[in-house]
Amino acid sequence: MSASAATAFVKEDYDELARKLRFIITDIICGAGSGHIGGALSLVEILITLYFRIMSVRPEEPRWSDRDRLVLSKGHAGPVLYVTLAEKGYFPREWLPTLNQDGTRLPSHVDQVQTPGVDMTAGSLGQGLSCACGIALASRLNKRNNRVFCIIGDGESDEGQVWEAAMFASHYKLDNLVAICDYNRMQIDGTTDQIMDLEPLADKWKAFGWEVFDIDGHDWDILFSTINKAVAVKGKPAMIIARTVKGKGNALVEAKVGSHNIKVPDKKSWDEYLDACGCRYDLPYCRGE
Amino acid sequence: MAEGMTWSVLDGDKLTQAEIYGQVLTQLGATNPRLVAMTADLAKSTKIGAFGDKYPDRFINMGIAENSLFGVAAGLAMAGWKPVVSTFAVFAALRSAEQVRTDICYQNLDVKIIATHAGISFGQAGSTHHCTEDIAVMRSFANMTVIVPADGIETGNAVVAAMDHPGPVYIRIGRGFEPPVNTTKDYGFQIGKAVTMKDGKDVTLITCGVCVGQAMRAAKVLETQGLSVRVINMHTIKPIDRDIIIKAVVETRRIITVEEHNTMGGLGSAVGEVIVESGKACAFRKLGVPDAFAIVGYPEDLYNHYKFDADGIIEAVGALMKKEIEEDENWDDET
Repeated sequence: MSASAATAFVKEDYDELARKLRFIITDIICGAGSGHIGGALSLVEILITLYFRIMSVRPEEPRWSDRDRLVLSKGHAGPVLYVTLAEKGYFPREWLPTLNQDGTRLPSHVDQVQTPGVDMTAGSLGQGLSCACGIALASRLNKRNNRVFCIIGDGESDEGQVWEAAMFASHYKLDNLVAICDYNRMQIDGTTDQIMDLEPLADKWKAFGWEVFDIDGHDWDILFSTINKAVAVKGKPAMIIARTVKGKGNALVEAKVGSHNIKVPDKKSWDEYLDACGCRYDLPYCRGE
Repeated sequence: MAEGMTWSVLDGDKLTQAEIYGQVLTQLGATNPRLVAMTADLAKSTKIGAFGDKYPDRFINMGIAENSLFGVAAGLAMAGWKPVVSTFAVFAALRSAEQVRTDICYQNLDVKIIATHAGISFGQAGSTHHCTEDIAVMRSFANMTVIVPADGIETGNAVVAAMDHPGPVYIRIGRGFEPPVNTTKDYGFQIGKAVTMKDGKDVTLITCGVCVGQAMRAAKVLETQGLSVRVINMHTIKPIDRDIIIKAVVETRRIITVEEHNTMGGLGSAVGEVIVESGKACAFRKLGVPDAFAIVGYPEDLYNHYKFDADGIIEAVGALMKKEIEEDENWDDET
């Protein structure tokens, strides 16, 4: 699918794009020898929907001042943002296999200084939602209509600063802010239920004054309609609790706690991870091997 | 210099550093339409509230949430605004160190932090409200500029200068009233350029913040004892004025740093780094809080207790003058 195909939604095309991006995410993480695959794969439909169906952006002008912004607060999911931005044409696809390599512009955690299209450096968990609040407030002060999206992790929601920002956004009625929680119910050391139970998560956000949507985070139609509803909310910020599957689309890691970060020691292991995608694509870059 | 500034040197005689800061910031609001002021429930204590009274639409109170305070500031700066953030030094430099480092300094954002109640200026409040570590923390962040004004007049100058200085700036001020050391505001304040408050040839006191006044008082007494004491106001800790330090080493051979901060990591360490790298030897001492959590008490009493008030400086100079310095006419052979 080309970046210009934003208008017409054909489910089969989007399914195909999602499969391809999952394959590339798997390949570049394997090429790097390790990486946060689980939390990247769980966000594929969400990022495609945002960048191809919702957000007003100009890949040829990444710092266009009226653009919609995304703060990927769970910055360790960098690879899914990179494949999406490359697909949109923000930078050459040849950059993708440089993930984490010496001198790369695609570090493991997203970096506004390094990567065209990344709107805020993030990766130390808990910090991004505050930054997104600042950008949303700036848009209001600028009297602009651009929207600000922020993706936080479920495990990240253990951080106290998330709730400082939650209170702030509500108090200042930041209705141009839409947050999405990637609720795959897993964090590094186990399930969120085991490590730090978030439930009742929707009630928490409601209690903090947010409009809350609780949805399937992989369903194209539901994602699209819900994000649009969230954008339309007036007088308060909106939270979309997106129920996702960590590691989705890769049989070796799907729904496994160990998928947070994989080690890929050799070519054999790399091939196994690619096979686990259940499909093969010609890679849009040369590895120079 | 910004236009429309009506504050005067006379304000220094009756206002605290923070009061002058609040007044100057409010005046800057008229000529800086992108300026937004932010605090975390310390509008009154830090005096940033004065700006909020005049420009309520450009004033953001976060509630007691310092981590989010600096994150929101980063977001505002990323979208083209110029946030000025005030809270107590201990919260800015310690609680929110990571937000200041990553959100603001790493991305080199145009955020100005004016931190009050620094050092042991709120000594009676106890260790939770002391901050003798902020200079060390802030100067270790790449892209950060660190300024410690000597009095209210210099605070006004520093705030004005910071507005035109790109990137993050940390300005550290105290809590209460300190007698001014400057008699005019037009002494050519420049970030990174130290001020020689008094020339001298026997020993140099390099100091910052409220300690400049203490050093000046000490120098006057020492003059009566026949000693010629140079006093340097190193108001900018980073970038530090290397030339003025090396000149003092060469010309006086005896250096004492005086600061309201842990002697580890602050002004003394910064000056020491310059001296060591210059390869030029001198007798050297650092006065301040000697790598300890300060005891509780009124600031003046604590300055005396830790021997970095005028009396303590006089004592330290006396001890340092007894050190024998090897004469060396040829400095050029040292690297």
